[in-house]
Amino acid sequence: MSTMTFAQALNHALRDALTEDEDVLVFGEDVGQLGGVFRITDGLTADFGEDRCFDTPLAEAGIAGFAVGLAMQGFRPVIEMQFDAFGYPAFEQVVSHIAKMRNRTQSLLTMPIVIRMPYAGGIGGVEHHCDSSEGYYAHTPGLHVVTPATPADAYSLLREAISSPDPVVFMEPKALYWSKAELELPTRTEPFGTAAVRREGTDVTLVAYGPQVPNALKAAEVAESEEGWSVEVVDLRTITPFDDETVAASVRKTGRCLVVSEAQGFGGVGGEVAARVGERCFHSLAAPVLRVSGLDIPYPPPKLEHTHLPSVDRILDTMARLQWDDQPDTAHLAASR
Amino acid sequence: MSMTTADLLPCAEPVRFLDEHGQLTDPGPEATARGYAMPSDEDLLAVWRQMVIGRRFDTQATALTKQGRLAVYPSSRGQDACQVAPVLELQEQDWFFPTYRDSMALVSRGLDPIEVLTLLRGSWHCGYDPVQTHTAPQCTPLATQAVHAAGAGHGLARRGTDGVALCFIGDGATSEGDFHEGLNFAAVFNAPTVFFVQNNKFAISVPLAKQTKAPSLAYKGIGYGIRSEQVDGNDPAAVLAVTRAAYAHARAGHGPVLIEAHTYRLEAHTNADDATRYRQADEVTQWSERDPIARLRTYLTGTGALTAEIEEQVAAEAEAYAARVRERMNEEPVVAPLSLFDHVYAQQTPQLREQAQLVAAELEEVQG
Repeated sequence: MSTMTFAQALNHALRDALTEDEDVLVFGEDVGQLGGVFRITDGLTADFGEDRCFDTPLAEAGIAGFAVGLAMQGFRPVIEMQFDAFGYPAFEQVVSHIAKMRNRTQSLLTMPIVIRMPYAGGIGGVEHHCDSSEGYYAHTPGLHVVTPATPADAYSLLREAISSPDPVVFMEPKALYWSKAELELPTRTEPFGTAAVRREGTDVTLVAYGPQVPNALKAAEVAESEEGWSVEVVDLRTITPFDDETVAASVRKTGRCLVVSEAQGFGGVGGEVAARVGERCFHSLAAPVLRVSGLDIPYPPPKLEHTHLPSVDRILDTMARLQWDDQPDTAHLAASR
Repeated sequence: MSMTTADLLPCAEPVRFLDEHGQLTDPGPEATARGYAMPSDEDLLAVWRQMVIGRRFDTQATALTKQGRLAVYPSSRGQDACQVAPVLELQEQDWFFPTYRDSMALVSRGLDPIEVLTLLRGSWHCGYDPVQTHTAPQCTPLATQAVHAAGAGHGLARRGTDGVALCFIGDGATSEGDFHEGLNFAAVFNAPTVFFVQNNKFAISVPLAKQTKAPSLAYKGIGYGIRSEQVDGNDPAAVLAVTRAAYAHARAGHGPVLIEAHTYRLEAHTNADDATRYRQADEVTQWSERDPIARLRTYLTGTGALTAEIEEQVAAEAEAYAARVRERMNEEPVVAPLSLFDHVYAQQTPQLREQAQLVAAELEEVQG
């Protein structure tokens, strides 16, 4: 056991994958000597050589397309898009080729590519450095979209992503890079498509993922200590595949659901979660499913990002709107609890 | 081998061995200095034979659109030398990156014509096995395959093979960002990749003059440090000589090559397009007179390599090939709705399993 940051856990995952499989290649802009702007690839070039971890020209479509060609030759590329919004030039390669190659070729040619991407905000980054772009990728069949919220998941899910036969958009919440945990490596958490219940409760379910998991947990704590509400927190961990079972089981138990996401809300993953909960848990719901999301604005300048980001207060206020007390038509739920 | 600017620059005029009348012409000192050599009659006869079969395939495919057997077909008639010569010169370990217009090239590579037509028939997106055939799926987004070819070239070199990646690209696609990223990546990684631009003068309806101000698309390689060349794309001998030299250059570890082939698309963009809206009939006539098949026929007849007997044999072979294609295309393709869910992920997600069950239930209801 040692104390490890989320960033270090990712570094270990890359190291262990590079050690175990000669075909794993790590490349992108600044991932070599510099070790990445967030140091996730720190020391990999020194330890594995420039053949295994290397800098490329500064061109995101090029990085993604180059990975396609290498995957055709049997390599397993792990590429880095330096920041969320820098990934957009590569969007066509990701959506039209990486995501679809298996389908186009009836599984004869597959794309075991991991697209690592620091995403979301809360670190005072300027324009184009703090987007939550998971919705674009989650909307694309053929991709897995993964977003860990703990160092253990960071390690385990990245290892699974690299060994996955399918392409994975691996979204790293940059606000969590410096979060720490006691960890013994290698560790294996639950596989893709398994949400984690981070905190058990009986009155309301908070569904969150990535950067908003710690916020949801904080809000749950405050709600319990100040209001006496028992709040369950579900961390999705992977957006696709989506764990309907765990989410629905939790909401059936609590009867109330609030989805917390940092991305702008309209047309986003939060709405998808709400719809799925509505479809599956309608008869168990004592209140409409609500969402707390980022505002429907371009990511704001650093001095205003606190206005945009879901805060503990905003989560608590919205939780209160789940019509907490004296709901006559929820008596059966109270009884069943 | 470090290259000077002079090594990178294309010849001032497109390389040509046979003039428009099929007469042997001096390719000039520049081309000779680069080691381009007139191919043997035997090699040229193989190109001529495949062009005849390829064109018959092309006209057959065009006819199949009229019968509703193909959803759409982009013809490459007139570009036959470009479609055939670079592909025949590939070796087994090499990889080919074609576009939607390169069906003739794919059958020239020996792929099953029905599998080649799968995309255009609409029964699936790619009908052949890309791994077995070392041939990427036909690329519809423009120029995205240029970066794939750079990556594949790099991968082939890393695997210790002497394989090359051949990337076909159209003139319009040279305006796309991925074309430039592909060239740059290939150059920086010294990837054995040959970019072969078929400049057929129109991107659907937009003429080359509105596509670029460069005097030759081949000049676009120089900025990336890539050896570049331009060739008469309707001269099969020159296309063969130049691609042969390019592969040798790449195989020897000297990095990528960019070739611009000057040619012309005689038909419309696809069967769904009306080319009379954007080009003059006399231009088409002029280019018809530069037909690569007729040109090579004249030359090979002159050397005695091509006899009336061989012509008859090849014509019969082409007819039989077209007849087989026609016959097989008359059979309704088997398309299984549930296969829609089989190739999205290695393992179906719970969400796809649910949707597959829905479709299965619908099918059962229909079938009783």
